[in-house]
Order: sequence, then C-alpha cells, then structure tokens
Amino acid sequence: MQGRELTGVKDRLGIGAIAGVAALALFVWGEFARAVEASAAPVLSVPSIAGPLALADVKALTERLASDDPAVHDQAFRIIIQTGDARFLVLLDEAVVDADRATRVAVKPVKDLLKNKLKLASETDDVRRSAAADLGTSRQLSAVPWLERAAANEPNRWVRYAMEESAALLQLTVGETVLKARAATILGELQSQNGLPALKEFVQQAASDPVSREANQPALRAAQGAIEQIELWSTWANVFETVFRGISLSSILLIMSVGLAIVFGLMGVINMAHGELMMVGAYATFVTQELFKAFLPPHLFDAYFLVALPVSFLVAGICGLILEATVIRFLYGRPLETMLATWGVSLVLIQSARVYFGDLTAVTAPAWLSGGAQVMVGVYLPYNRLFIIGLSVLCVTGIYVLLFRSNLGLRVRAVTQNRNMSACLGIPTRKVDAYTFAFGSGLAGLAGCALTLVGNVEPGLGQNYIVDSFMVVVTGGVGKLAGTIVAALGIGSLNKFLEPSFGAVYGKVFILVLVILFLQRRPSGLYALKGRQVD
Amino acid sequence: MTEDHSDSTIGDARTTTVTDEAGSSRRDFLVQGARVTAGVGIAAVLGNLGNWALSYAADKAPIKIGILHSLSGTMAISEVSLRDSVLMAVAEINAKGGVLGRQIQPVVVDPASNWDLFAEKAKQLLLQDKVAVVFGCWTSVSRKSVLPVFEKNNGLLFYPVQYEGEECSRNVFYTGAAVNQQAVPAVEYLMSKEGGGCKKFYLLGTDYVYPRTTNKILRAMLLAKNVPAANIMEEYTPFHHQDYQTIVGKVKKFAAGGGAAVISTVNGDSNVPFYKEFANQGLRAEDAPIMAFSVAEDELRGMDTTALVGHLAAWNYYQSVDTPQNKQFVTSFKTYCKKNNLPDSDKRVTDDPIEAAYFGVHVWKQAVEKANSIEVDKVRKAVYGQKFLAPGGEIMMDLANQHTHKPVLIGEIQKDGQFKTVWRSKGLVKPEPWSEYTNPEKGCDWIDHQGTYQKKA
Amino acid sequence: MIAEAADEKPRDGGEGLTFWFLGLVLLIILPALNVLPSDDSWLHVSDFTLNRFGKFLAFAILALGLDLIWGYTGILSLGHGVFFGIGAYCIGMHLMLTIGTESVYGNDLPDFMVWNQVKELPLFWKPFYSFWVAVLGAILVPVFCALIFGFLAFRSRIKGVYFAIITQAVALSAWLVFNRNETNLGGTNGLTDFKQILGFRLSESGTQRALYVITVLALGGAYFLCRWIIQSRAGKVLVAIRDSEQRVFFSGYSPATYKLFVFVVSAGLAGLAGMLYVPQVGIITPGQIGVLPSLEMVIWVAVGGRGTLIGAIIGAVGVNFGRSILTNYFPELWPFFLGGLFIAVVLIFPDGLVGLMRRLTIGSVRKTLGLEKPSAASEGAQP
Repeated sequence: MQGRELTGVKDRLGIGAIAGVAALALFVWGEFARAVEASAAPVLSVPSIAGPLALADVKALTERLASDDPAVHDQAFRIIIQTGDARFLVLLDEAVVDADRATRVAVKPVKDLLKNKLKLASETDDVRRSAAADLGTSRQLSAVPWLERAAANEPNRWVRYAMEESAALLQLTVGETVLKARAATILGELQSQNGLPALKEFVQQAASDPVSREANQPALRAAQGAIEQIELWSTWANVFETVFRGISLSSILLIMSVGLAIVFGLMGVINMAHGELMMVGAYATFVTQELFKAFLPPHLFDAYFLVALPVSFLVAGICGLILEATVIRFLYGRPLETMLATWGVSLVLIQSARVYFGDLTAVTAPAWLSGGAQVMVGVYLPYNRLFIIGLSVLCVTGIYVLLFRSNLGLRVRAVTQNRNMSACLGIPTRKVDAYTFAFGSGLAGLAGCALTLVGNVEPGLGQNYIVDSFMVVVTGGVGKLAGTIVAALGIGSLNKFLEPSFGAVYGKVFILVLVILFLQRRPSGLYALKGRQVD
Repeated sequence: MTEDHSDSTIGDARTTTVTDEAGSSRRDFLVQGARVTAGVGIAAVLGNLGNWALSYAADKAPIKIGILHSLSGTMAISEVSLRDSVLMAVAEINAKGGVLGRQIQPVVVDPASNWDLFAEKAKQLLLQDKVAVVFGCWTSVSRKSVLPVFEKNNGLLFYPVQYEGEECSRNVFYTGAAVNQQAVPAVEYLMSKEGGGCKKFYLLGTDYVYPRTTNKILRAMLLAKNVPAANIMEEYTPFHHQDYQTIVGKVKKFAAGGGAAVISTVNGDSNVPFYKEFANQGLRAEDAPIMAFSVAEDELRGMDTTALVGHLAAWNYYQSVDTPQNKQFVTSFKTYCKKNNLPDSDKRVTDDPIEAAYFGVHVWKQAVEKANSIEVDKVRKAVYGQKFLAPGGEIMMDLANQHTHKPVLIGEIQKDGQFKTVWRSKGLVKPEPWSEYTNPEKGCDWIDHQGTYQKKA
Repeated sequence: MIAEAADEKPRDGGEGLTFWFLGLVLLIILPALNVLPSDDSWLHVSDFTLNRFGKFLAFAILALGLDLIWGYTGILSLGHGVFFGIGAYCIGMHLMLTIGTESVYGNDLPDFMVWNQVKELPLFWKPFYSFWVAVLGAILVPVFCALIFGFLAFRSRIKGVYFAIITQAVALSAWLVFNRNETNLGGTNGLTDFKQILGFRLSESGTQRALYVITVLALGGAYFLCRWIIQSRAGKVLVAIRDSEQRVFFSGYSPATYKLFVFVVSAGLAGLAGMLYVPQVGIITPGQIGVLPSLEMVIWVAVGGRGTLIGAIIGAVGVNFGRSILTNYFPELWPFFLGGLFIAVVLIFPDGLVGLMRRLTIGSVRKTLGLEKPSAASEGAQP
C-alpha cells in the first residue's frame, strides 16, 4: 500500500516535469515562429504591390488574413483591397480551394468586399445596385470613396440612390465623428429606410453616454431630424403601397368575377365551376409555355405569354360551350340545382387535372413581367401586378364595347331584361345564352392565365379566390357591369386596408359581415334590375 | 291549391312529387322497405364474410403492412411520393425473399387529406386488416389524429417527416427530424459568421401545430442567445394563402438595414406566391435569406424556381448528397416510378421525407428479423439502436426515445430545383423530442422510464 | 293546401314502414350481432363497423335537418357544416376538459393550449366543465347563431342563389376562423385525444355501443320531430313557400318567420349531429366545417331524395358508406364519383334514390297505364 503510493507520487512528479519542459519548448517555439513570421511579412508584401501576382503570393496573403495578429491581418487586407482586380478574384478562389476552414472564413468578407467593388462597375443596373447595397452593410470604411466615385458617374437614378445611401450609412456607422452629422442629414434627405435602424442605434448610443453626447451634439440633432423625416415619409409610402395592393387585389377579383357576373345577370346562374375554368386557362398557359419550350427558339420564349392569353381564352371558352351544351342547358330556371351540378363539374375537372398534370406545374413568368418598377423610395410596383391591373381594365373596356356597341351585346341586354319578350321578337335566346356562357368562361380562362403570374398552377387553383368572387357578384348585383366593378374595388381595397391591422383572416370575416349588413339594405346587390320582379 | 294546378306549371310540378304516390298501396312500401333492409344487410354480411375467411389464412401468409398517406386532396402533392418510396422499399425486400421467409403485402389506403378520415383509416388498418406496422402521415395534424388510435390498439407507426417534437409516443417511431435536428441548427447557422450573422428574424408560417411549436422553440432559443424580442417577428397565414403582398411589405420594412432573415414554415402551395412576391418587391436573398423547413426537392419539382434561387433550406438529406448508396437510391427510385407508370415519372426526385420513409421500412425489417416476430412490443424493442446505411449516410435509431440520429444539412436552392449543401453537421445529431429551450426538465425514454419523464435537476 | 295534406298521408305511412324496418335493423340487430356472436363468426359485426355506422347515422340526423329546409322549404344552405361544427366543438370542448392530466403534456389544460403558450383556461371554456352545459350548448349555440344569421338574411329577403352564396361565404369564414390558433379552439388540429365521457372510457367497446344506440335513438327522435313539423300546419306553409313564396306572402302569412323557424330547427339538428359525431369519431377539426363538407352534406340529401325524410337518411348513410369503400379501393376515383354524383343527381334522378326506387316499383306500372307525370325537382319558382 505504502510503496504503491510512493510510486504514485513519483509518477506524478515525473509527469509534471515532462509537462513543464514541453510547455517551455512550445512557448519558445511559438515565440520563434512569431518572430520569423513578423520579419517575413514586409518581405512578402513588396512583390505583391509591385508586379503581377502569382498564386503562391495570393496564398500567402490569404494565410496572413487568417492570422491572429491584427497588424498582420490588416496589412494583408489593405493589400488585397487596393490591388485586387477581376483576375485577382480568380486567384483568390483558387487559393482557398484546399485551405483550412479558418482561412476560408477569414477570406470570405474580403472576397465579398472585393467582388462588390468590381461589381460597382458592372453593366447591369441590378448588379451595381445590389453591390452598393451590400457595401452599405459591410462596415468597411474603405468602400466610401468607391461608392462616392461610382455615384458621381451613375446614370440610373435608383442605383445612384443606393450608392449615396450606402456611403452615408457607412459614414454614420463606422466613419469619423465629425462627418456623422452630414451623413445623418444625407440619410434623412434620402428618406432612407435602410438607414433608419442605424440612425436609431446611433441616437440611442450617443444619448446614453454623457461624454459622447457632448461630442456628438450636432450629429445627434441631425440624426433625430433625419429619423423624423424618414418616418414621415415611410407613413406616406405605406399609404401609397396599401392603396396599390388594394387596387391589385381588386383587379384580380374583377377579372375573375366579371365573366361570372355576366352569366349570372343573363341566366341567373352561378357557375360554381367558374374557378375550374380559370384553372383550365392556367393549364392552357402552361401547355403553351411547354410548346414554346419544345418547338421554338429560346429567344422567342418570352413571347409565349402573349400567345397564351388568347389561347387560354379560347380553350376555356370551348370548355364553357361544352359545359353549357351538356349540363347547363337542361337546368334553365333551376339556379340552385345548376349550382350543385356545376360544383360536381368542378370536382371532376379538378381531379382530371390532378390525374393528368400531376399536382404542381410551374409557369415561368416571362422576364419582362418579373421584378418591379421603383416609383418612390422603398416603393416597388411589381410588373406582374401592373400587368393584371392593365389586363382587367382592358377586359372591362372590351366587355363594355361588346355589350353596348355590338349586335350581340344588344341581344344579350335584351334577353337579360326580358327573356320572353326577346324570344317573341325573334332573338334566339338559347343561342345567346350559349354564346354568353362561352364568353364568360373565356373570361375565366383569361383570369386563369393572369393568375399564373402571381401564384402557382395547380388543380385547386380556382378554389382559392372563388368564394370571394361570388361575393363580388352578389354584392355587385345583377345586370350592371358597374356594380361588379364597384364591388370588386370595394371588397379588394377594404381587404387590403384591413389586413395590416386585422390580419388576413379577420379582415375577410369583417368584410363578410359588412356584406351581409349591406345586403340588408339592398338584398339584390348594388345595382338591382329595376322594374317589376316576378317571383 | 287545386286552382294553382291550372295556371302554374311550376306549381304543378311541385305537387306532383307529393301526389305521385297518392294511389299506390301500402304493399309497395313494404316491398321497398324490405329491399332497403336487405341491401344493408347483404352489404354487412358480405363484408363480414370476407374478413372471416381471411382470418383463417395460414401462418405462411404474407405479412400485411399499412400505408397511410393521402393520395387525394391537398396533401397528395407531398404524400404520394412517400407511398411510392415505401412501396419501393417493400418491393426490394420482397425481391430478396421477404422478411422471416414471408412476403410483405402492403395495404394502401387513402385518407384523402382529411384529418378525421386519417383516424378512421388507421382504425381500419389496425382492426380490420390487422397490419403489423403502418407507414404513414405527413402533417402533424394527421399524426395527432391517429395517435390515440395507435396507442389504444397498440399499433406501430413509422412517421417519416420532420416535426415539432414535444411528443414521445410508445407506438410511433419518428424517422424524420426533431426540432433540434433541423430548425435549431439552421438558425444557429444563420447567426454564425458564415451564415451571414443575422440579428433579426421574421418567423413566418402556415397556421398549424408544426410552425407554431417550432417557432415557440426558436423564439425561446433566440431570446436565450440574447436576441432582443423586438428583433423577432412572428406571423401566421392560413393554409393555401395566396396574397402575400402585405406580408412581404412588412418583411421589407423589417429587413431594412440588413442583418435580417426569414424563417419560413410556410406550407405547400403558398410558397410560390410568397417567393414570387418576395422577389418582385425588390428583396434579394442577400438582404434577407429565407430559411425554409418545408420546401424540399419534391415540392420544387413543380415550381418555377427563378424566384427561389439563393434561398436556403435545412434538411437531413438532399438528392445531391454524394454517396454511392444515394446514387443507387436515386436511380432505383426513378426507375421504380417509371416502371410502375407513376405520373410524371421522368421528373421524379428524392428528398428528405422520401428517404426517411424508405429507410423506415428497412429499419422495421431489420428489427423484425432481430426480434424474429412481428409482434409490436417485440419489434419495438428490437428497433432501438438499429443502424442502417441510408442513402444520406448511416443513421441510427435512438436507444430509448423512438427518434432517429441524423446528420443536419443546410442547402442553397439551385436553379434546377436541387440543393447545394453549404453546411453540414459534424456526425449525427442526437434527437431531442423535448427541446432544451422550452422544456429543459423533460426527457423521453422508453427503457428506463415510461415515455416522457422529469429529468432530475 | 288541404288537398295536399290528404295526399301526403299514405306516403308517410310508406316511409314510416321503411323507417321501422331500418330502425329494427339499426337499433337491435346490428348491436346484437356486435355483442352476441363470437369474434370469428361471420355474423359478427365488428366494433369498427358499428362505430362507422354510428358516424353515418349522426350524419343522417344532420341530413334530416337539411332536408327540412332544402327539400321542404326550398332554401339551399351551403353552410350547414358550420352548425354541425359548432355542436361538435361544444361537446369536444367538454371532452377535452375531462382528459385532465392524462394528456401528452400531463397538464390540466388541453394539449394545444400548452403548445400555444396559453397559461390559463380561457373564460369561454369554463362552462364546458359541465356535461349538461356542453350538451345544451351543442344544440343551443347553433340555434342561436342560426337565429341571428337567419333573422338578418330572411328579414331582408335574401333568397335563392344569394342565400346560398352568403351561407357559403359564412362556411369559408368559419373555417378560416376555426383554423386560427388564437381562437383557442385547437387550430387545424381541432380537438382530439379524448379519453372519457361521463366517466366511461371511450376506448371501451361498451361505451361505443352505447353511443351508437343513443345515436340511433336520437335519429329516431329527429325523424319524428321532422315528421311532426311537416305534417303540421306549419309544414304545409313551408312547402307552400318552396312552391311560391310570393303567394304565401299574399295569403297573409309571413314567410320570413316560417323560414327562420325551419332554419333554426335544422341548425339545431345539425348541432345535435355534431354532438353525437364527436365522441364516436374521437376528433373534430375545422376540416368538417368548410365549404366542401357543407356542400357534401347537401349532396347526401339530394342523393337520398329531397322532400322525403327517409331519403335524407338513406342518402347520408349511402354516400358515406360509398365513400368509405371507394377511398379504400379506388382512391383516385372518389372525386370523380362524387362529382358525377352531383351532376347525376341533378340531371338524371332529381328525386334521388327514393325517387328511383319508386320509379322502379310503380313507375313502370304507371307508365303502362299512361299515368306517368313528369317528376320535377323541388325548387322555388324562378324569376
């Protein structure tokens, strides 16, 4: 027992000694290595500034970027930023291929910075702009002169805006104290949304510390002014955006319900398969796109959407004609049963689409309908939504012309007003019905085509908005186009107006309650047919 | 009323329904009633006869397993592929002689994306078809609705989808990820230097259990990591929500100034309108990356990916994972789909739940062989600790908590609908059904405890 | 109208007989076959089958109510799923509260509240600790909702297609609201994982059998209630409203009052159906409330035969039975079948199965005698 303990102590002593020696050796070696590295540093950097760089030099630079010594790191950083060009970037990528993780992590921000610097001179507006935005959050003061220089020659207003904003933002976050006041003022004048958090942070920091409050007095005042300015602006931008969203939703509702409304006005029939005719239109668009992909050269691809518009109208119209001939015509005068039968049709159509096309198919929006137009600071109007608004205006105009300026329109109106009288006067009411139904279905197809721009193409596509469009028709009333337009605008705008505060669901419920209360006053919608109503 | 007859055809029609049988005798209805009764009776008897005959089947009869995935309705889009994956695994096993010398006979039912029907179909599988095991469910709702059925009848369910945790059922094996195997590492990645060092998080989800619970855990985690509450936003949209204008507007405002990320648990068909709107309102993946937990290759297959490129997702497996067994798996899945003339067979892809559904079958088979029985209790014990070389790499069933040890992968969405892995966990991550952030005191253990237990401090 | 009353007598006698047949089978024979023969016998009706029938019969109660307003009064409501759902949620809330600490989280609160971070039971849940409050609520809350909605709708003479669309919008809104988790009603998951009712374990087959028998009895009660209504003077007014509301109005009746009455009764029946449905199925989710389920309910009535009470029952059981079978064997075909049913029932056999059977039994005889009259769908006259 005793002996064993003794040997234990001995062992421990031995281990301690070895460990001590090892630690000493490590320390000495580390110091030595450090000294060597420090002495080597200036030697290496000379050729990298003077002549063209070799891969080995870049590698060495990257390794020094990963160094723990801030001086070494900063020096390498400066060299890279100042000399870097497109060729250097390629080398840099090559250099880190087999580097260890620490180096890769260290190189990444430098690489990004360099990349963005080069991108500032790009041909494409979007690239320049996103480079400017990225630099704004990079916290690298060295980017300020690049941005200012680029902004001076920038032709595009919004790109220039991004550059100025980023420069000011950098100045405010990492720049010198004396320049901060000016930076804050610039951000305020630019109404910069991106600058708002930085400004607030700055104010908070400066105000919390009495010493810096003194030093920062002018900057603080400028920042507070800028915050007020930006917030006021953003309120207005918000109002504008909400109005636009309302109009956008209204246009979707309008284009969906206008066909429904015409058929309802004429025949008193609510076509529950209207949503599925929209789906048919959407799939027609999809098939057109696939055909373009398969048979036409790629540069024509973007034109497919223009072809898809009439195609979807026709395909859905033909479907409507068939639907009318096989189901609806047997159910005249029985609107409730028509609802049920058309609902059955919709189930069959949905499942057919699911079996044939699978569950989700994609329509690629043409390039000219992707992205958005910036009209004010922070306000984008997406092209696809603008297009739908335009399309719905066009549709309504077209319908107006058709109804009020054409022979068919005259007949449709006559039958809508008094079916029996029109029949007596020799108007083929059944034919008018069939054509009108087909026309309404075609409009649904058009709506489906338009919807591919905002959503996906799937069998259940029609179900998503359909109850809303029923509501539009019911609120709008029978027989007058104006009713549908007003109802769509009202419901759409109200929806978007309520959504930010109530959320999508309660906004919808609220609108339903309003509609029910509204129908209290006008049980047959906004514009009821005047005259004797026979029951 | 009689006067009505003369002047109103419609009124006349009305009354005919009523007066039609005025003259007919009582006997007609006796006959009719008997007919109805007989119909019901015969149907019931026939059904019973079938069951009765089947129960006499011999021991060598195939082993029945149930497949409980929606083949119609809204969830079909995701769940059909899981059925195919399970069927393929079954075909593989059968081709090699089955299990315990018996073939496996899959019983496929369709709960039609209807949560109530899930419970009914589960009952049917367990009570009527008497299956040995069920592979099924996607949404947490459906799992929660069949759970009582499985617990009551001591069935066995392999559940292949990532889920929100906080569950520890004796009758379910979870081959998908728990929150700490997907959501938590994903957010940690976003906060890390290489993930962009995000400081603000917009938690956006579809309104149901999985997003709500996941976000609850994430919120607790973010608060624990000193992210101020003002930098966390939470919002839920209904299923099939289409109009993301307002929400993207809010995100834009939130993301102003950089350092923000969107954590998306948006489900299914809402994703396309969301991503489209996101891109169209001028937001880029660099301004605010969207980290999605419900978007995988199978969903991307049908989407227009232009708006999604550069955004992120977190899973435990991607089709692009570079292992020999994965190449084999992807090819055989594609051939399987083609051979069986499944819709869109040329475009089929594999993804995380498909992989999890696939290896679930193999794990069950290994356990049955180990237990030398298909009895639920014996198989269950044999599953613990099973290892399997899954397509994405070797996985291990936990020794006690019914979940699966898996690797975590963060991927970036590519234009072709595939993912490029940008981060990978070191080794397998141990599943924690109860998150350390929300329920640090709870654990799940079926060996030393009876399921959920209180950890000693 | 008086002539019509006389006409209706024998028909109801016939219906009644079918009803007694069915009642015998459902009330005595099926449960007996469940209890008496051994499990292996081919006569044995499994718990599963009995339970499934219980569910269908709960639907049949709802179908009776729907038939009352659609088949007899000509008002198409596409929102009856809401009343069904409210009834179901009322009893569901009670059952949730009786789970107590048996739940997954071992908390007194329902599970979904735990993961929704609700710390205290919301006030509106509290009354549902009492079983009788829940049972009464399951009927009275739908009645109350129907009263308010019906009052607004009928007073302003919203009818026909307008009424159908508005009720459909109500169904959609209700579905959206019930899906929200903030409403503390369980969100998409709904209410599930029930353990006991009045101390009886729901997992016991005896409890389920008892629930089944109660459902059959309730169905019988509902049937007699409906029969009593349609045979009463009010019933005649209802049919008259269906045929021509204007004339009823000019005859000095107030159609709105009668419509409101029948709407409220049918909502109450829907609530009752929901109440019986929940303990048997073990789950209620917003999925039962939305637009599609509400429309399916209408189709049960249409398939069975509008304007005949027995038709509503046959339709509800038949369609659901068919659904159970078809989704088993041809899952992809079910939507085709359902859609086809919608179309066929409107175009080909507007009087439903009952009408079809009648046509088969007497139609041929009548045709040969030249007595065949066109049988028309039951619907209000159109402007």
